[in-house]
Amino acid sequence: MKYAYYPGCSLESGSAAYDKSVKAVIEQLGFGLDELDDWNCCGATEYFSQNELVATSVIARNLALVDDRHDQLVAPCAACFLNLKKTDKLLAEQPKIRGKVDQALAAGGLRYRPGRVQVRHLLDVLYTDIGEQAIKAKVVQPLTGLRVAPYYGCQIVRPLNGFDNPEYPMKLDEMFTWLGAEVVDYPVKAHCCGGHMTQISEENAFELIRRLLQSAADYRADLILCMCPMCQLNMDMYQGRVNNFFNTKFKLPIVYFTQMLGVALGIDMKKLGFGKELVAAEPVIRGKLEGQTAAATK
Amino acid sequence: MSEQVFEPKIVGFLCNWCSYRAADLAGSARITHAPNVRIVRVMCSGRVDPSFVMKAFSLGADAVLIAGCHPGECHYIEQNYKAMRRFHMLRQTLKAMGVEEQRIQLVWASAAEGQQLAEAIDKMVDEVRQLGPLGWSGNWEENGERIQALEDIVKEHEQAMEVTA
Amino acid sequence: MAEKIGVYVCHCGSNIAGKVDVEEIAQWAGENLDDVAVSRDYKFMCSSLGQQMIEDDIKKEKLTRVVVGACSPHLHEKTFRRACSNAGMNPYLMDLTNIREHCSWVHKDRSLATEKARALISAAVQRVKHQEPLEPMYVDVNPATLVIGGGIAGLQATLELADAGYHVYLVERLPSIGGHMAQFDKTFPTLDCSACILTPKMSEAGQHENVTLLTYAELEEVSGSVGSFKVKIRQKSRCVDYDACTGCGICVEKCPRKVLDTEFEAGMGNRKAIYMPFPQAVPRVPVIDQDSCIWFERQKCRACEKLCPTDAIKFDQEDELIDIEVGNIIIATGWKPFDSKKIPQYGYGRLANVYTSMEFERLCNAAGPTNGKIVMRDGKTVPKSIAIVHCVGSRDDRHNPYCSGICCMAALKFGHLVLEKTDAEVYSFYIDMRTNQKNYEEFYQRLLGEGMRFVRGKVSEVTDAARMPTEQGKLIVQCEDTLIGRQQRYPVDMVILMGALEPQEDARELGLKCGISCSMEGWYTERHPKLDPVATMTDGVFVAGTCQGPKDIPASVAQGAAAAARVAGMITKGKVMIEPIVASINEQACSGCKICNNMCPYNAIEFIEETETSRVITALCKGCGTCVAACPAGVITGAHFNNKQIFAEIEGALWDALQPAAESSSQAETVPASAS
Repeated sequence: MKYAYYPGCSLESGSAAYDKSVKAVIEQLGFGLDELDDWNCCGATEYFSQNELVATSVIARNLALVDDRHDQLVAPCAACFLNLKKTDKLLAEQPKIRGKVDQALAAGGLRYRPGRVQVRHLLDVLYTDIGEQAIKAKVVQPLTGLRVAPYYGCQIVRPLNGFDNPEYPMKLDEMFTWLGAEVVDYPVKAHCCGGHMTQISEENAFELIRRLLQSAADYRADLILCMCPMCQLNMDMYQGRVNNFFNTKFKLPIVYFTQMLGVALGIDMKKLGFGKELVAAEPVIRGKLEGQTAAATK
Repeated sequence: MSEQVFEPKIVGFLCNWCSYRAADLAGSARITHAPNVRIVRVMCSGRVDPSFVMKAFSLGADAVLIAGCHPGECHYIEQNYKAMRRFHMLRQTLKAMGVEEQRIQLVWASAAEGQQLAEAIDKMVDEVRQLGPLGWSGNWEENGERIQALEDIVKEHEQAMEVTA
Repeated sequence: MAEKIGVYVCHCGSNIAGKVDVEEIAQWAGENLDDVAVSRDYKFMCSSLGQQMIEDDIKKEKLTRVVVGACSPHLHEKTFRRACSNAGMNPYLMDLTNIREHCSWVHKDRSLATEKARALISAAVQRVKHQEPLEPMYVDVNPATLVIGGGIAGLQATLELADAGYHVYLVERLPSIGGHMAQFDKTFPTLDCSACILTPKMSEAGQHENVTLLTYAELEEVSGSVGSFKVKIRQKSRCVDYDACTGCGICVEKCPRKVLDTEFEAGMGNRKAIYMPFPQAVPRVPVIDQDSCIWFERQKCRACEKLCPTDAIKFDQEDELIDIEVGNIIIATGWKPFDSKKIPQYGYGRLANVYTSMEFERLCNAAGPTNGKIVMRDGKTVPKSIAIVHCVGSRDDRHNPYCSGICCMAALKFGHLVLEKTDAEVYSFYIDMRTNQKNYEEFYQRLLGEGMRFVRGKVSEVTDAARMPTEQGKLIVQCEDTLIGRQQRYPVDMVILMGALEPQEDARELGLKCGISCSMEGWYTERHPKLDPVATMTDGVFVAGTCQGPKDIPASVAQGAAAAARVAGMITKGKVMIEPIVASINEQACSGCKICNNMCPYNAIEFIEETETSRVITALCKGCGTCVAACPAGVITGAHFNNKQIFAEIEGALWDALQPAAESSSQAETVPASAS
């Protein structure tokens, strides 16, 4: 075994659908993720701006918890992924911070050497390690006829993460072509969703969310694929309020990419956490996929 | 002897076409680097006879640098590959004699890579400085590493024979 | 008999003396190094007075060896050899050791630099004792020249040499000569019609009695060396009999297969499966593109064959290897455009109305696919606003760090053409405007007057995601205008990406065939960046034009002519000197093990069956010395780099290394030892 799994707090609460679908997909693809024992919150985006040292220590604890049998730590949430990755880099490059973090870890009987654990996003693992052949081989329900808009958000493709083009990522696009979906190559797929801006300046956040929905709708997407709980929350939960605010009529389901991957792998939609989203995805998906099947049998 | 920083003496064999020109370029671009490498020009890294290296060590060099054109870019088509093969054999042999690996290094530097050559020299000087003077005779003790290296030579030789057979 | 060595340490003004105590070293060498008869330092050894000093000493002091401590032998070895020669000494008894590039210029600490220089001088003194007189070899220079690449630089070189009365083989990979310049509409800053000034040169080269044109051909192999290269050219099959074809063009007219022309038309227009790239092509002999011809696809059609009035179509024609012999080679292989898809946020290939600069050249060209009308991809809409994005793939760490040099001017040219032909607004997004040649800045000023708009900033993205109604249906260029410090969005109809100039894909490969090297980016390396810009480290191989680095047409022409002048000089001289640095085998001592035979990449070592020994074929030996190092019996000698010389050099370089107990007694003891 080599992959340790860091679910992050969101997956235990608001985005249970992500957690559920990740686990179902992983099981179906037949490889193991060992959940990190006693992991703690990554501090999300706020903690770093409050107190860098404590934030770093808190995250470093998670890295230190990865035992010797594992050399990879997989995070499905974009924010957790970025924080873990950033911390590892910070510890490697900034001896001053590292010294203090070492002390903090030592107080808890822990130790971490930067670079020992490779932090990976789930998409990277699926795309690179599992790969096209293995995934294609397990597709039982091709997503033919479904127009999906892959949304990367702003955190997962920062230059330091290195697994996709930071300006114009394509890996999720490619993965969904493997699954037979019509992938919408729309221009805002790596633009910001507003993050926690909804709590601070609603209007600005709504405008950011509107741009994403507008562009996906312009390109006639049936739904948007996410890989970050925050992005999903913003585009799904606030979609109604965005509609009210701008007098628009968006009705775009926002689902996790693992949910749709699960559908393609033939996993029962109930096991994939569908139904928790506010803009219902199931009717759209069923409509499209059954329409296809009907057309094919005719 | 006062407590001075140990300044290793390194002999560098640089090929006329790439590495020597890289050192020239480092000069015209004023890329400062450690002054410990004394450069001997050869036409090609393929000219570096293992006995040159042994001679340098026996005359008191603390390390030897061999630099040539990048693989595939040799002025003489492919002679740097021969240099590479000799280098690996020689390093293995020297290891058996108690000479640390860092004391003999092979660097590829094209005529455009003054910066890279300068960096490689600095890195090598640092490493050799850490090791201290060669102290040739002092390294003749029976230690595990030496025996291991000797065994490795035998094994590698066997493997090489298998490939050609 | 002991040698009498003269040691000369150069100050090079303050270049060496600033970091190395040259006076002290000269004195030290004279007092401490064995066999040194004269030791001097001088301001500039390479000056005529410096050389005179050496010559006088050789004569007066009867010196038998000379050591010069100065700059790189690549710079002044010839100078000092000549000085020795003038004084009657064999030039190979001189050694120039590099205490400038390798020492004073790169070390900070004066005492450490001085110690290194001392060791290098000591090494040279030990080495020079063992140097042997050598006689240079001379070979005749074949007056024929090979020019690779039929763009403007290669054409210029070809015509200069041909007009001077020398034969030139001009090899071009594409079906016609002309290069990128043939694709342009206008040239900056004069706005000359590109074709009007280029095509006369093309047809002149096509008809010149001293030019053998080999188009649709590539360099296969080069052997030999300066003066007498043997070259193999692959003439790719045109499927057309070159001599029988009259260029009437009926085959092209009747060919039923249309394909996208990604070469000459940069994907903006079509051509036939049998084609001449453009109407003024030279030679006027078409080529069948076997990948798209219906006959090669499914054994049908042969329309061209049936209609050809001279039966010139030959479907079964095969590639032909042509052997030629030349004295010199000029490489003028040019550049390739940057692939703008590598910057996906600019939308090329995804957003229809984003164009590359080469596409736009064809769009502007009166002979192009739109007859010079500037219209969008739909073929009819005239754009109302155009954005020109500079530095696409240039001055960008993720792609090419260098400035491509010509794009600012080409952007201004585009701006002028758009303003002249349409009512569109033109925005130029630049980092710095670079207009530093004759009349270039004036052209920039002119465009400012003509109403082209300039925004200083690096474009972050080109998108079709509208944020407001005015942006609907437009391409939005997002850019920080750094002169006002604000993020701005510019909705436009058309975007032109000024892509970088990049080295040809196979530049490195071709360079290796000819024995020359490339920079990190892939541009050919000249012998000296300032003083020898068209020669290379390999004698007899010259470079011209953009294959050496991005440049505009005037500079390419100048280099083409310069390379031709260098070659003409070699031909006029008639003979060229070859360094006598070759290997030789002592056949008496050779055991005939044949290890050396496989060492030589030039097959310069032959095995003689009768004597069961190996022998070096001197004419083929290039002097790398690998066989010397490989000989288990040590009976191969590498002239000027023999074991004795190098051992002595190592010994000299480490004169101060064996310290134990040697502190006080060393000088007295080692000196006689090394003299024996």
